[in-house]
Amino acid sequence: MPRMTMIEAIRSAMDVAMGRDDDVVVFGEDVGFFGGVFRCTHGLQQKYGVSRCFDAPISESGIVGTAIGMAAYGLKPCVEIQFADYMYPAYDQIVSEAARLRYRSAGDFTCPMVIRMPTGGGIFGGQTHSQSPEALFTHVSGLKTIVPSNPYDAKGLLIAAIEDPDPVIFLEPKRLYNGPFDGHYDRPVTAWSKHELAEVPDGHYTVPLGKAVTRREGSAVTILAYGTMVHVALAAAEDTGIDAEVIDLRTLVPLDLEAIVASVEKTGRCIVLHEATLTSGFGGELAALVQEHCFYHLEAPVMRVTGWDTPYPHAQEWDYFPGPARLGQALRDIMEAR
Amino acid sequence: MSSDKAGSAPVVTQPLQFHVPRPASRPGEKPDFSDVVIPKAGSVARPPVDVDPKDIRDLAYSIIRVLNREGEAVGPWAPDLSHDDLIRGLRHMMTLRTFDGRMQMAQRQGKTSFYMQHTGEEAVSCAFRIALQPGDMNFPTYRQAGLLIAHDYPLVDMMCQIYSNERDPMKGRQLPVMYSSKEHGFFSISGNLATQYVQAVGWAMASAIKNDTRIAAAWIGDGSTAESDFHAALVFASTYKAPVVLNVVNNQWAISTFQGIARGGSGTFAARGLGFGIPALRVDGNDYLAVYAVAQWAVERARRNLGPTLVEYVTYRAGAHSTSDDPSAYRPKHESDDWPLGDPLIRLKQHLIAVGAWSEERHKQAEAEILATVIAAQKEAESFGTLHSGGKPSARDIFEDVYAELPPHLRRQRQQIGV
Repeated sequence: MPRMTMIEAIRSAMDVAMGRDDDVVVFGEDVGFFGGVFRCTHGLQQKYGVSRCFDAPISESGIVGTAIGMAAYGLKPCVEIQFADYMYPAYDQIVSEAARLRYRSAGDFTCPMVIRMPTGGGIFGGQTHSQSPEALFTHVSGLKTIVPSNPYDAKGLLIAAIEDPDPVIFLEPKRLYNGPFDGHYDRPVTAWSKHELAEVPDGHYTVPLGKAVTRREGSAVTILAYGTMVHVALAAAEDTGIDAEVIDLRTLVPLDLEAIVASVEKTGRCIVLHEATLTSGFGGELAALVQEHCFYHLEAPVMRVTGWDTPYPHAQEWDYFPGPARLGQALRDIMEAR
Repeated sequence: MSSDKAGSAPVVTQPLQFHVPRPASRPGEKPDFSDVVIPKAGSVARPPVDVDPKDIRDLAYSIIRVLNREGEAVGPWAPDLSHDDLIRGLRHMMTLRTFDGRMQMAQRQGKTSFYMQHTGEEAVSCAFRIALQPGDMNFPTYRQAGLLIAHDYPLVDMMCQIYSNERDPMKGRQLPVMYSSKEHGFFSISGNLATQYVQAVGWAMASAIKNDTRIAAAWIGDGSTAESDFHAALVFASTYKAPVVLNVVNNQWAISTFQGIARGGSGTFAARGLGFGIPALRVDGNDYLAVYAVAQWAVERARRNLGPTLVEYVTYRAGAHSTSDDPSAYRPKHESDDWPLGDPLIRLKQHLIAVGAWSEERHKQAEAEILATVIAAQKEAESFGTLHSGGKPSARDIFEDVYAELPPHLRRQRQQIGV
């Protein structure tokens, strides 16, 4: 089976979806002729023509707003916001329109669309190329929110998202585009070619939305993670020797609560891990759900390891990024807590 | 004072003045529409639809009018509508006005929470609808119910939506007047202003992508042109030559804010299209014939793949903004009496009488018939409940249609309220 980077897997997903369904259209800033600033749409315009894959004006509300109109017509737009940090001008269209169209029209109009956006830090992206705004989507009823952590999932989830009848926010951790990253910034980067989850079928397959997966089985503590943080969690378990169970949530809404509860009931401890800022982050929701559903199994308070409640800094990247050292300390702390 | 740097501008010491536009008149003052320059009916040329947009820039600064003071249809824009067509148009407008009156009263009687009237703007949506074909899609605001009425959408369904009763097509989820009907080419109304303007462009782009023949119509008010989605819509419509008619209904008022705050008066709203290379027409919004003629022109342009057209309808919001608004707090009480373009119903009525197709008696008879029809619809709608009495949507409907399928967390929440 071929090995793909996450970029290639995402491109392959759109290629497969466009090949199977003429109603799938792809557009965004620099997405057409050039093939995207991250190469995720490279070659699609040549293959499918300018009416299926095209460049858009620099207007996020225009991109999402026109895509909503297209979806209402019956197309399945898969649009790109160049960086998740730049989705704010489209937020009104996403929250007030895409998320609510089916509800407010009682199913008269629907919005089957995907909004792809590169997310997350760890790349010296500074304040406006590093943000993780997933909580601004998970808080909105009517949206589904996905964060893949590897090429296999990225392709299968993206195809599933394009085929899904509801609007989907597809957050791509750009730090994972070319290889897995576990937060050990001082070690040489590895490529996806050495990773088993980079084995990606050429053709059509899906990874179901709303299903988490266990990346490492363990008995001592459950780590709930998604995106880049899955790799950080695996590294911290390795570094500390603590037998952590690592759950890769993959879909944040709808959430696989059953998988979370089963794991925490087994381990009795839970750490929630994300890059996004702490206060009102998605980790708050996860922690609340765990205490609500696993209260009598918990042997320690649920802990959150996250980005600080500050804008994402540039020079202090590694003091901000919740890497394996910080998670390792939390793992040791939670094992001693009682 | 002189500058010590060679070549720099002299220092100006006069203090800056902050500019806030003010309407021509406020409560207690005499209405003043002297700024609204009204050309004579029939005086504006009608170019072919494939005209080079650069050659008709003057149309964005004039007002296309067909009906003159004597009620005659004059000039190149006089449309090819039969007397029966026009009588039907008059009845649509009368129905909308009667409907408005009944629903306004129903709100005052506590049968619903909210209503918004169309008074004075009936011609805009009623006449435009006639220029469309089956399958075309409007992206309306909350003040284009004429698009539904002129397409024979059932009055009972509209009222059930307003009453949020057990037959409400929106299942009680939406504020009154936020209708939706795909079948009638009427896109779901959102409370968020201007959002639908850019969606209309996307719908039109989709139609072009699929080599369809259907077109879209976008709708916005004068105040909402200040929203960023207005700008986005114009950029996308122009870039992709989308088959869309971009309608701006300039009724002079955005709640309490006169159109000058949206920077009307700096050219025209129509002229905003010119910077995007979009041909723009300005039309007498209270002239049913002119509205139809201009709509037909713009619709044909879109249908022939010649691209978007921006149309500004010059009209006046004669009623309150909504049932929650009191215009006497911010504009002269009888300002609408001085509006130079008059009342669209009266003008069409006079035209039909002038051409011998209508009479005062027939008008009175039509008024009575329409009132009876609207009252009958109201009684039927009220038999399915009003907001605070009778049948209402199920609490189960809270959870449906958030997603195509009910996800586990919504299933749990639905169980919590025991439905």
